[in-house]
Amino acid sequence: MTDIAELETETLAAIAAAADEAALEAVRVGALGKKGSISALLATLGKMSPEDRKTEGAKINALKDKAQEAIAARRDVLQTQALEKRLSAETVDVTLPVQESGQELGRIHPISQVMDELTAIFADMGFSVAEGPDIESDDYNFTKLNFPEWHPAREMYDTFFFPPGADGKRKLLRTHTSPVQVRTMLTKAPPIRVICPGRTYRCDSDQTHTPMFHQVEGLVIDETTHMGHLKWVLEEFLKAFFEVKSVKMRFRPSFFPFTEPSAEVDVQCRRKDGDIRFGEGEDWMEILGCGMVHPNVLRNCGLDPDKYQGFAFGVGIDRLTMLKYGMSDLRAFFEADARWLTHYGFRPLDFPTLAGGLSG
Amino acid sequence: MKLTLSWLKDHLETSASLEEVVETLTRIGLEVEHLHDPAAQLKDFRIAHVIEAKPHPNADRLRVCMVDTGEGAPVQVVCGAPNARTGLKTVFSAPGTYIPAKKITLGKGVIRGVESLGMLCSAAELELSNDHDGIIELPEDAPIGAVYAQWAGLDDPVIEINLTPNRSDAAGIYGIARDLAAAGLGTLKTPAVETLEGGFAIPQRVTLDFVDADEHLAPLFALRLVRGVKNGPSPAWLQDRLRAIGLRPINALVDITNYLTFDRARPLHVFDAKKVAGDLVVRRARAGEELLALDGKTYPLDSDMVVIADDKGPESLAGVMGGEHSGCSDDTTDVLIETALWDPANIAHTGRKLGISTDARYRFERGVDPAFALPGLELATKLVLEFCGGEASDVAICGSAETPTRQLRFPWSETKRLTGLNVSKDESTAILTRLGFTVEAAGEDALVGVPSWRPDIEGKADLVEEIARIAGFDTIAAAPLPRNAGVTEPVLTLLQKRTRAARRALAARGLVEAVTWSFVSKEQAQAFGSSDDNRLALANPIAAELSDMRPSLLPGLVTAAGRNAARGFPDVALFEVGQIFLGEDEKGQKIAATGLRRGFALPSGAGRHWSGKERAVGVFDVKADALALLQTLGVATGGLQIVAGGPSWLHPGRSATLQFGPKAVIGHFGELHPRVLQALDVEGPIAAFEIILDALPAPKAKPTKAKVKLELSDLQPVSRDFAFLLDRDQPAGDLIRAVQGADRALITDVSVFDIYEGPGVPEGKKSVGVAVRLQPRDKTLTDVEIEALAHKIVTEAGKKTGAQLRG
Repeated sequence: MTDIAELETETLAAIAAAADEAALEAVRVGALGKKGSISALLATLGKMSPEDRKTEGAKINALKDKAQEAIAARRDVLQTQALEKRLSAETVDVTLPVQESGQELGRIHPISQVMDELTAIFADMGFSVAEGPDIESDDYNFTKLNFPEWHPAREMYDTFFFPPGADGKRKLLRTHTSPVQVRTMLTKAPPIRVICPGRTYRCDSDQTHTPMFHQVEGLVIDETTHMGHLKWVLEEFLKAFFEVKSVKMRFRPSFFPFTEPSAEVDVQCRRKDGDIRFGEGEDWMEILGCGMVHPNVLRNCGLDPDKYQGFAFGVGIDRLTMLKYGMSDLRAFFEADARWLTHYGFRPLDFPTLAGGLSG
Repeated sequence: MKLTLSWLKDHLETSASLEEVVETLTRIGLEVEHLHDPAAQLKDFRIAHVIEAKPHPNADRLRVCMVDTGEGAPVQVVCGAPNARTGLKTVFSAPGTYIPAKKITLGKGVIRGVESLGMLCSAAELELSNDHDGIIELPEDAPIGAVYAQWAGLDDPVIEINLTPNRSDAAGIYGIARDLAAAGLGTLKTPAVETLEGGFAIPQRVTLDFVDADEHLAPLFALRLVRGVKNGPSPAWLQDRLRAIGLRPINALVDITNYLTFDRARPLHVFDAKKVAGDLVVRRARAGEELLALDGKTYPLDSDMVVIADDKGPESLAGVMGGEHSGCSDDTTDVLIETALWDPANIAHTGRKLGISTDARYRFERGVDPAFALPGLELATKLVLEFCGGEASDVAICGSAETPTRQLRFPWSETKRLTGLNVSKDESTAILTRLGFTVEAAGEDALVGVPSWRPDIEGKADLVEEIARIAGFDTIAAAPLPRNAGVTEPVLTLLQKRTRAARRALAARGLVEAVTWSFVSKEQAQAFGSSDDNRLALANPIAAELSDMRPSLLPGLVTAAGRNAARGFPDVALFEVGQIFLGEDEKGQKIAATGLRRGFALPSGAGRHWSGKERAVGVFDVKADALALLQTLGVATGGLQIVAGGPSWLHPGRSATLQFGPKAVIGHFGELHPRVLQALDVEGPIAAFEIILDALPAPKAKPTKAKVKLELSDLQPVSRDFAFLLDRDQPAGDLIRAVQGADRALITDVSVFDIYEGPGVPEGKKSVGVAVRLQPRDKTLTDVEIEALAHKIVTEAGKKTGAQLRG
């Protein structure tokens, strides 16, 4: 009987000593395989008397069970060890930097962002977006807008000209987006509600003037719109754009050849530590020009000024952008310095909406 | 337009404070741009007496002064001025005083070991003049302790108005007073101008020499001679006023004309009668004539200009500037005073052509009050007699000062129609009357007479502005603009939507949006395809490098990339979506979406990286950008052709044109041509694409928004790889098309997974690994069917491209 006990000791010791799954399998074959030591013991049962078979059989089968359990347990341990070893071998340095993806690197220029903001605001008030060419005729840029040929008012605009064409007329770079208003009135019957954003040009350059800049103008023509409506639209626009609860505006009588009455609009603000806050404070900042479309302009565009009326306004997009987002030098807008663009630009999916808030 | 408060009060009886005056001016449209209130700035500078000035113990050039400031015991002040001496009355500032010129607040100091408790001041330190030579010297009777500016009469606030071009009436202080009175800030108190009978006839003959068609050039020209005058400095009060508004006093006769220019918006001219040769004639200048003007410059004249000439030639440029030769000096004894009316357009033209800006031109081109031309001459005569004595002649008048009175029919409802304001008939009448209009009832309307000094009032809307600006624009109530019923409808056009989407799409690929100038240099314009006929070159560019309209967004972006590289940021990816100019008419302007990548600015990320993906940008990076852009914009790319080769500014072997046919080019991409980079002085590598958004086809219109029905097969797709040998120059795109064409129904995808040239591949050939995906439609494909299709693929490839299966 000692040989069963010995075999058990030997087998269990061999299982415990198996260093990997292959060694364990060898032990299993050596004990439980066809020619294994335990299998050999089992084979002796046939030759035993029934009494012996009963007692010996139980012992040998117990040994077999024990061996199988031990092998299974050892296999678990070995598999776990092997996995741990693999995982350990697969370890990487997760602190290594990854490359920034397109959506992290890309930027929308602040001017484009603000144009999208303006579109969202004015579309909600029923304005569509009208555009026109940058190279314009003198007629659309000045004459139809009630600038007399010689009038000093023209000198308020430092105009870029092209050499005269075959017809002797010289084209120019539009000094405002007002020619788009003319084009709209000439082609579209009232009621009209449009904004005209775009590039404009004046022969001027310093910290706050660049030879190219961006402007948005608004135009409403129908049979009832008056300066009270103009005030409301500008107030709503400024509140929505600067994302403040209220703005206080001051309308000052002014002069533009294409509007009568004309006004300049100041907005109340607080200047503090280089920041400008609207809706509070005691300072005034001139922000835009506006007025009722001049009867001569309506007439020049084929509209009867006794029947149709409406307002127009114009504001610098670059300036609005600077005021809202805090840039100090206009020239930097056009220098394409990647550092500036990355800092002041907007992320690709920062899409301004009224539902979600213009600036998120 | 500048004025002082005391000058304003010559015309306006008012108890209003300076603040009220300034606020009201801005409120009624005479915007106060700048207010200089020396009383506020100089309130702490007081008159003091130097009791004793001793040499400084430690410095030769300094003196130690004991100063009586009128308050308490004398104080010790160290002063470096050479004229600091015992007994001097001067101006003192105590510690804590703000010194305007130095922009500092004075503190107590110790100068070379001696304590100094204040400063003795020069006029320059008070910003009163440029006199730095020494401290101010005051007469003995100057009262110690008094505020200096007040005592010296230097405390008159100067108001500067940003005058709009329409308000020529407010180019005179009297006109400004009239506006303030109309706004309820006081009453006008200007005395009427008296007419003076002349004692003799003017000896010079004066004529207007114009053809009938030119009569508008000089509707009125009048002269008066004052003989026996004694010219010299004008009275101190007049000189002070002129200086306060930035003018330089010259002599009494000239100062009087300048005074009336500002006081009454009435420019006048004075000739030294003894220097005028013979008679005076007003006429067009003749070609070749020139004038040495009062500014010391000689101007060439032409027949578009009007001059006042004597027997020797032009003596004065009408309405713009007088001549040096006949100008008045201290020696003048006989003076001819001129008043006239000129054609505003002609004056504007002459001034602009000669580049002369004067106070006279400013007023004449905006329109002077014709009714005040002769009173202005009377007023000038009165002042000349008062300051210089002498004897006045009759007035010689050519032409006529009479101007037709204008009346406008004004429906009282117009103010409410245009502004929403309810201003009663009575109040409107009162406002207009105070501004000098006449108002007569005419049924529901009014007949409004326009005063002679308001050439800007043309119609009803102008009267509305007059009423509204005096009533106050701030009284206009905001009224909501009616909203459209229901949900706001979309407003953007396809091109507008694509322009916006293009920006987001390119930014999402890691490109950074730039906005560059619409103009580039001529060399750049020509390097990027602009024709050299100068049709798109500015006649007056602001700088040589901004001379021509850009034919492409690339020159702006490429040079920007170069600047960023020079600044130490070599791996930039930039784009711009904006206008390009291919012709000067409307159709020549297009919207381009253009991007570039420089250095290691790959789509997978910029710069070198430890993961080992480091390589420079190339044609395929920008090809991917361009195609991704088209996808995002919803352009159906089924018929898109990618044709090797592009415009001259791209690498001929590494560029392609994107088109839907030879006449439907939508853009191009590729690596920048090394020669172009060299010309722009920018280092590469740079790869770029440009898509013309206007050229993109619109999506097909469909009746509903439903997408094409999705057909999914339950059958497993089959993939087969082929290795083809192809001529090196044969485009892989042709091979892909040929393979695809073998069976359009079963083949759902063809991709190139390997390109190889080298050992094992014959010279002049390349090996192209192509994976083909077959999607069985209604039954699983048998091996035989798959083999048959594979055979067909090889056959098609061979037929169309000469490809052979690699052995």
